[in-house]
Amino acid sequence: MSIRPDHELHSRRLSRNVGLGLILVTFVALVFGLTVVKITEGDVARAITGATANE
Amino acid sequence: MTDASITASDFEGSHKSSISVEAEFKDYFELLKPRVMRLVVFTGLVGLVAAPSSIHPFVGFVAILCIAIGGGAAGALNMWWDADIDAIMKRTSNRPIPAGKVNLQEACGFGFALSGFSVMMLGLATNWFAAGLLAFTIFFYVVIYTIWLKRITPQNIVIGGAAGAFPPVIGWAAVTGNVSFESILMFALIFMWTPPHFWALALFTRSDYDNASVPMLTVTHGRKSTRTHILVYTILLAVFALAMCFTDLGGPIFIVTAIILNALFLKGAIAISKRDETKSENDNFHVERKFFKFSLLYLFMHFGAVVIDRGLVQLALWGTS
Repeated sequence: MSIRPDHELHSRRLSRNVGLGLILVTFVALVFGLTVVKITEGDVARAITGATANE
Repeated sequence: MTDASITASDFEGSHKSSISVEAEFKDYFELLKPRVMRLVVFTGLVGLVAAPSSIHPFVGFVAILCIAIGGGAAGALNMWWDADIDAIMKRTSNRPIPAGKVNLQEACGFGFALSGFSVMMLGLATNWFAAGLLAFTIFFYVVIYTIWLKRITPQNIVIGGAAGAFPPVIGWAAVTGNVSFESILMFALIFMWTPPHFWALALFTRSDYDNASVPMLTVTHGRKSTRTHILVYTILLAVFALAMCFTDLGGPIFIVTAIILNALFLKGAIAISKRDETKSENDNFHVERKFFKFSLLYLFMHFGAVVIDRGLVQLALWGTS
């Protein structure tokens, strides 16, 4: 069976899938970043050590 | 996005014309009206920067992103409701829904989902007052403007302008948790700027709104009346712009900018009001086109001046405003 070139439909679906993937990764990054900022008032070092803003 | 399945014959390309066009990622992005979103992002950012207290930069970034997504969601819902007239008008016939790339149900779901997401995220990131304002903005643009008033009043541009004027108020509220006289003036600046900006455009573009049964001032009240309307709104705009000089927003850069820009804008509006159609057609609407281009600069420079003044205060080059 010979290899057939991708139909244009596939490139459209690929762009949707890649786009959605990037959005999901961005969403995770946003939630993670917000969590760090809210809990540690932006001090990433404290986030890594597990300390909260009140400590 | 259609859920077309691929058959062997589709692979061969023999039935290409029968395949529904599937949306690309960019088609969904187009649903968000990216051009409008640029104005939303810029003015929302200015509201956020101009606010008297501070916000963590990351939270500020998320707030602007949410405002942009909320504005985009309103745009998607607008395209969903207006798909019938978008298909009729040349300017909008290539939008994703009339072009057959995204179907109505998807656009509707996409708009509602992003609306809910942006409001919830803004509430969680900043405060629920700002989130409530964003929700109201989306409601206002979709229900009050798009569904209710756009097709029944020639003042639709004025009403639609109100929705576009909310972003700086939301940005301000994201930082302070409230609305102030300054943020209301920023709202007023965009609100009063929108009608002369769009009516100038309507004067020199051959609008096909009448084909779509959307009442535009140039059609319902005539072009002479539209010219008068531009002048009246420009005078009111100047009043609000200069009023900003007397608030905390009115730093030295803003005062100089506002005086110069409003004098020039007013001069342009007077010139437009005095022109007749023959003269305008003879020079291919030179004055109207110039006024429209200048209106873009007008808004950008007013809000830019606010940011510069705020930056200079931060650098302590002059006292706190």
